[in-house]
Amino acid sequence: MTLAAKEELRVEYKKPRPLSTNSAVAHAVKDLDVDVVAAYPITPQTTVVEKISEFIANGELEAEMIHVESEHSALSATIAASLTGARAFTATASQGLELMHEILHIASGLRAPIVMSVAMRALSAPISIWNDHSDVMNARDTGWVIMFVSSAQEAYDTVIQAYRIAEDRDVLLPVMVAYDGYVMSHTMEPVVTEDRDSVLAYAPKRPFPYKLDPDKPVTIGVIADPDWYYEIKYQIVDAMRRVPQKLEEADREFGKRFGRSYGVVECYLCEDAKSLIVAASSYAATLKAVLPRAWERGLKVGLLRLRLYRPFPEEYILRHIEDKDSILVIDRAISYGAPYQGPLANEFAGLLLKHDIKANLVSVVAGIGQRRMVDEDFMKLAEIAWEARISKKPETIFYGVRA
Amino acid sequence: MSEGVRLLKYNEILPGGIIDEPGSSLKYKTGSWRALRPVIDQEKCVRCRLCWIYCPDAAILEVDEEYVTKKGRRYKISYKVNYDYCKGCGVCAQECPVNAIEMVPEPIGGEEQ
Repeated sequence: MTLAAKEELRVEYKKPRPLSTNSAVAHAVKDLDVDVVAAYPITPQTTVVEKISEFIANGELEAEMIHVESEHSALSATIAASLTGARAFTATASQGLELMHEILHIASGLRAPIVMSVAMRALSAPISIWNDHSDVMNARDTGWVIMFVSSAQEAYDTVIQAYRIAEDRDVLLPVMVAYDGYVMSHTMEPVVTEDRDSVLAYAPKRPFPYKLDPDKPVTIGVIADPDWYYEIKYQIVDAMRRVPQKLEEADREFGKRFGRSYGVVECYLCEDAKSLIVAASSYAATLKAVLPRAWERGLKVGLLRLRLYRPFPEEYILRHIEDKDSILVIDRAISYGAPYQGPLANEFAGLLLKHDIKANLVSVVAGIGQRRMVDEDFMKLAEIAWEARISKKPETIFYGVRA
Repeated sequence: MSEGVRLLKYNEILPGGIIDEPGSSLKYKTGSWRALRPVIDQEKCVRCRLCWIYCPDAAILEVDEEYVTKKGRRYKISYKVNYDYCKGCGVCAQECPVNAIEMVPEPIGGEEQ
């Protein structure tokens, strides 16, 4: 091969580099040319904003990093920056997300197109720095678009897609990109990053259309009496309805430009499956390794990976579940005292009822506070899903608890 | 609550309830909140201006309107209430040194002001 040909090859082949999901998110923020980042450190998110600080210090990213005294302020500053027309980002986890809670509603209520990454972690008390989905599940009715990602590469790609969706004039909603703390946030995977020009060509900055501008004054954050409040909240309902299709389009376009796409939901070994396991983030990735072995044993169990969680992509899920005999939903959070004690299972119960689907539903709570779940455990869940075709399991299974 | 303003549909309101027109609060007639309305007795009123000073909503108007009392006292000004913005708090009636302001219940269901 000539030297020139070798040079050409090098251009074609994008070399992956080892990045943790936290680093991948920081790289996405850099490549998106984000203008303002406001954050407060919290395990296991901290290395995201540390990396961003490094990029700013090195001159690789020209952005304002606002060091605030709490997550409550972090999100407040991020919203304010966004409403001045800046592209704004923040990241958090666990208690930090809880402290942001009232501001989460304000972000969506003000229609601030911000993006936040969440390295999911369990909630106190007792104190746990380990991973489950309690933090994000507590934020599910805040009017945020919520996405779960399953790899560092997908985290990088999804943060980029998230800005395209958030800043879309037909959406204008904040987007949360969530992934498993430690299991993903602190483990290295090969990640391909793109150059800034290509990223910005895909996701050009579209500032908030009614931004604060002294030449064109607007009032943001009005009080709305009972004659007005309902309609302004209904705007979020309306905007949410457009999100699944916007994501599908954004993902397809991403695939065309960069060669990677993920869909709105992902179905793995679905076609001929009789049973499905519903999972998000790293569990979905582990199930992809385990399920082929289940099939070798005659358990025809597929995986439905939830990528978009809010809005709940009903239509996209329905395509995959209508002909199934049983659906096992793994929840990594507890909805204490609810009919099914896993929040996701309740949503699937509603979905099955609404569309008159007869599949048997199994609610499984697992991995709370990062209780160990290894291949054999997922194989066990595949067995439970398979058995549920013929025997109903009305109560939530608290898998792995000493009870 | 928003009498006189057309109530817009959700898709006619800017996202998040943003208002792009300065001074639009003038259109919001807060007088509709009122349960008790102040009525000024021009006979008793001594034109001391205390009601005008105390009114938290600047809803007392000092107008160039001559008034002659039955006893023949001539005033060059009169005090009136701007019922579009008077919320009926009653501070004026409380402060009036001659008890010239009476708080009268608004008729239920509203009435031509």
